[in-house]
Amino acid sequence: MNGYNFAYLDEQTKRMIRRALLKAVAIPGHQVPFGSREMPLPYGWGTGGIQVTASVLGQDDVLKVIDQGADDTTNAVSIRRFFARTAGVRTTTHTAEATLIQTRHRIPETSLRDDQIIVYQVPQPEPLYRLESSRAETRRMHGLADYGLMHVKLYEDIARYGQVSISYDYPVMVNQRYLMSPSPIPAFDNPKMHMMPALQLFGAGREKRIYAIPPYTEVHSLDFDDHPFRTIRAPHACGLCGADNVYLDEVVTDDRGGRLFVCSDTDHCAERRAGGHVGASAMQDAAE
Amino acid sequence: MTDETLLSGRGLTLSFGSIPALAGVDVDLWPGELLAVVGESGSGKTTLLNVLSGRLAPDAGAVWYRDPAGRLHDVHAMPAPALRTLHRSDWGFVHQDPRQNLRMNVTAGGNVGERLMAQGARHYGDIRAQALEWLRQVEIDADRIDDLPRTFSGGMLQRLQIARTLVTHPRLVFMDEPTGGLDVSVQARLLDLIRTLVARLSIAAVLVTHDIAVARLLAHRIAVMQRGRVVETGLTDQVLDDPQHPYTQLLVSSVLHA
Repeated sequence: MNGYNFAYLDEQTKRMIRRALLKAVAIPGHQVPFGSREMPLPYGWGTGGIQVTASVLGQDDVLKVIDQGADDTTNAVSIRRFFARTAGVRTTTHTAEATLIQTRHRIPETSLRDDQIIVYQVPQPEPLYRLESSRAETRRMHGLADYGLMHVKLYEDIARYGQVSISYDYPVMVNQRYLMSPSPIPAFDNPKMHMMPALQLFGAGREKRIYAIPPYTEVHSLDFDDHPFRTIRAPHACGLCGADNVYLDEVVTDDRGGRLFVCSDTDHCAERRAGGHVGASAMQDAAE
Repeated sequence: MTDETLLSGRGLTLSFGSIPALAGVDVDLWPGELLAVVGESGSGKTTLLNVLSGRLAPDAGAVWYRDPAGRLHDVHAMPAPALRTLHRSDWGFVHQDPRQNLRMNVTAGGNVGERLMAQGARHYGDIRAQALEWLRQVEIDADRIDDLPRTFSGGMLQRLQIARTLVTHPRLVFMDEPTGGLDVSVQARLLDLIRTLVARLSIAAVLVTHDIAVARLLAHRIAVMQRGRVVETGLTDQVLDDPQHPYTQLLVSSVLHA
């Protein structure tokens, strides 16, 4: 830990970020600007999330880092090691053991508790940015809760494809007031945000915005009365653990069309396998 | 201003630097009435429209609007959310260039439905049915509902803009040269459409035009502007058949008779 302040960031910066976080928690879903710092990893790798984590991390915290549901991919491994080195905190891959979870693109399958905090890495905090290019205008729209435009996008999808075609980063209404980007998590995970007992924090480093959802807050995915929001998942069971109610990754296994569907949440999968669950593919391997 | 006046401008004054665009203009509009503002380029017609609709603040003077409940509102003292609500429900604005108002990357149906959705409509089937109904009213084929506006002709774009504006049944519509830039036959068809719709829905409208013929065809009353002042106002026939002010006489006599 020599040469670094605890958790890398200096105390004044953490203080500034904590003030932004307090404001964000007070106004659920509202984007609060903050003085994003240069971090020792590139934009798009979680510079916002890592700053939020650094600011709320304490000596006794147990940290878990997820990248697309996995604990063992580059982004997850490097951020976990970064905090193990600069803060000396305990790290884990088990969702239930962690007190602080930094995530990219997934919410763990295991339900979170009220003594946990989840930090999302956000590339684009503005849910309207594809529809309205002017930030001055989107700020005004948020101020006046003028969100008809987002419904126009949903209308267009239904008119063209018969259904809403947004499969990730599906816009949500927080506390019946602010339209919010849930970060690029699959729409499958959206319902988990609703009334979640854990505190949810969102950090966008390049865009310099922080927002939050306090525990037990209403989070509603936008929809039409006659086209209600539906979650979509690959209609398969996990090849390793057999789970049929979780979000799956598709893995191409050979060049003859072979493919394997496995849990995107590696920790959840490992736990189920340790508990004796076996999927079709794992059973086949064992037989051979 | 009487108890029934829908919109009323008093002493409207606005200068752009040393150029007086409006110099003490008084305007009144009653429900269901179509008022044409005519005059040459640079006489302050469009500026007047922008000031009346709250898009541009005057240096002096006030604009009053009476809501359906009969309450008077000072348009330029209204909070921004209230003015925005007014603009997307009770009021409509038809631009000369429909591209300013339409979303060119959104289908015709989406364009018509946007105002409904902004007002909180959340039933896809209803929104689509209303969009279809309005496309029919402005004589656009129902099977164009999922086409992008960029595939539409100029006249169709203008009709689409009118459908998008009228879908929420506004009480008051501001029109800035709605037939400008269209060829004569398309213009005639559009004028006919506007006249029918405005009469059937009893919409009040302020219509800015430099075309005396358009004013004669559509308007109940006419206001002639010159250098930021209203020089003559009255019933359309009265003003056009018996112009009193020299400028109006010039304007009327300069119309070519085919």
